[in-house]
Amino acid sequence: MNTMPWLQHLIVLPVLLPLVVGALLIPVNHSRHALKLGLSLASTVLLWLLAIALLLLVDGEHWQGGIGVYLASNWAAPFGIALMIDRLAALMLVLTATIALAVLAFSAQRWDRVGVHFHSLFQFMLMGLNGAFLTNDLFNLFVFFEVMLAASYGLVLHGYNLRRIRAGMQYIAVNLVASLLFLIGVALIYAASGTLNIADLATRVATLGPQDAWLLRIGAVILALAFLTKGAMWPLGFWLPTTYASASAPVGAMLVVMTKVGVYAVLRVWLAVFGDEAGALGGFGLTALTVGGMATLLFGAIGMLSSEDGGRMAGYGAIISSGTLLAVIGQSGSAVLASGLYYLLGSTLAMAAFMLLIELTERIRPPGAALLAITMEAFAIEDKPEDPVGVGIPGTLAFLGLSYAACALVISGMPPLSGFVAKFSLFHALLDSATGTPGGVPTLTWALIALMVFGGLAAIIALMRLGVRTFWASGMVAPPRLQVSEAAPVGALVLLCVLLTLQAGPAFDYLGRTTADLARSGDYSTRVLGEPPVLRAPAAEGLR
Amino acid sequence: MELVIAIAVGVMFGSGIWLILRPRTFQLIIGLLLMSYAVNVFIFAMGRLWVDKPPITPVPHIDPTQFADPLPQGLVLTAIVIGFATTALYLVIMIGARGLTDSDHVDGEEPRE
Repeated sequence: MNTMPWLQHLIVLPVLLPLVVGALLIPVNHSRHALKLGLSLASTVLLWLLAIALLLLVDGEHWQGGIGVYLASNWAAPFGIALMIDRLAALMLVLTATIALAVLAFSAQRWDRVGVHFHSLFQFMLMGLNGAFLTNDLFNLFVFFEVMLAASYGLVLHGYNLRRIRAGMQYIAVNLVASLLFLIGVALIYAASGTLNIADLATRVATLGPQDAWLLRIGAVILALAFLTKGAMWPLGFWLPTTYASASAPVGAMLVVMTKVGVYAVLRVWLAVFGDEAGALGGFGLTALTVGGMATLLFGAIGMLSSEDGGRMAGYGAIISSGTLLAVIGQSGSAVLASGLYYLLGSTLAMAAFMLLIELTERIRPPGAALLAITMEAFAIEDKPEDPVGVGIPGTLAFLGLSYAACALVISGMPPLSGFVAKFSLFHALLDSATGTPGGVPTLTWALIALMVFGGLAAIIALMRLGVRTFWASGMVAPPRLQVSEAAPVGALVLLCVLLTLQAGPAFDYLGRTTADLARSGDYSTRVLGEPPVLRAPAAEGLR
Repeated sequence: MELVIAIAVGVMFGSGIWLILRPRTFQLIIGLLLMSYAVNVFIFAMGRLWVDKPPITPVPHIDPTQFADPLPQGLVLTAIVIGFATTALYLVIMIGARGLTDSDHVDGEEPRE
């Protein structure tokens, strides 16, 4: 056993910490803004440190096989709920916490004051996200999805105006229906296999009778519909561009992470349940994922070309990135998946930075074009957040231009930043994995590569058009004023993209270990089901 | 009994789908409610249908065939609570939208004639 058993409890902390802080912040009055912001920021910093610590623990094989298991309430799996952390989950935790930290710092300037309870909702959303990454139980995944979504409903409407409420109505309706589908899928899987624990399910898949196997297939497909609605696969992703474009900038950046949760859930469930050990059901539906991902990629590329404003463009950019990832998951193979995860890291960081940046660049344009929140009146908030506090930064335009260019390079996959490294390694891995097959590289792979190139081209055309219109043809008089607390988060996210490019070697090493873990789906079952509950100390027995 | 439950779930879910495709927010919310009822009954039925069987087992001498499956009952309870909360939330937003747009259309504006 472990020498330090208390470290086990670190696994549940990313869920508990935001829950407690979010709940504590609710009764704090809106006028004590500094206190709210301070607590929220402290919680997020702690979460970030926690995520890094968990990543180091997992990668350092502190737990056997690099998989940490936490039995909630000390109930042995599969009877209780088991939380599980492996390299993939730890990576997603770090990514989420990093973006959350940047977003929170960004919103400190004005966005957290245009409505009420921004910080509580933000913390609850982090709780839902972290829980969804950590859980090993399908129904528990549903609960965390709902926590995340309920918080996001409030956040999308944050800074309540006509445009947001119109977009919010549709966003919520779509997600409520998707949640119902999620429940149907979960119920069918339970009916077929008698378990909801993912690790337990993985061991039972191969032994199911033909009738139950069909029931499981139907359940998995309905479940995937729910995941893919969040992940915005065509034709389930029509809600996304409008929602992104109308949400406030910090919320938009968090939505980028939320969209990735759908993809993560597909990855997690599919690789564990329909992996190599699933017998007749092995590899079920992977081709559909590839084809769906390709359709999504095409839809995103066309949408990007046709959109005028930055928010919509970012939305379609997120669709392109989801489509690429889904198509890559469909092309199972460790090397392909490692490159896909590298792509996920780069594109999520760049997209989040882009969402924040758009709001800043919109200030270059003459006033009137900018969207004003009308909630001040509705909530009777006296505190006018428009008054700039703090110090401005020099060279605003140079900063904005450089950041914009860096984001555009990563999103479209042009050299020299991480987008290019990701796409190049994806092409390499796709072609490499196809060399062994008779008849050469399959047409589907060629089509995927062609679509990815087309997606990149569409992205660079659209982003360049927007950039020219914003920076060169806006007819501005004076450069906008930027505060350090707004510029620093964007700069940090962009720098992380650069760092990811420079440190591509270590990053790929880590991702290689991640995908090697994922490929051995049997290990998960052994670890999760084999985790012994903590026995009561003999001293306590003696007292009775 | 299977047939009755299946028809009930089907009719409720079908009506729900028809209603959520209608343009008014009231129709939408009733549609969502009907669909969530249907899903709740469906989850319940996925533990197989039992009549007059308790879901709680005594500790010694367990014969699983004599007891109803307790897990779907727990699941459905959670699903009801979460569905109820999100629907209530949606209702609030609908009222807000009605006040802000002066329209109960889901697009927030009346369709142009």
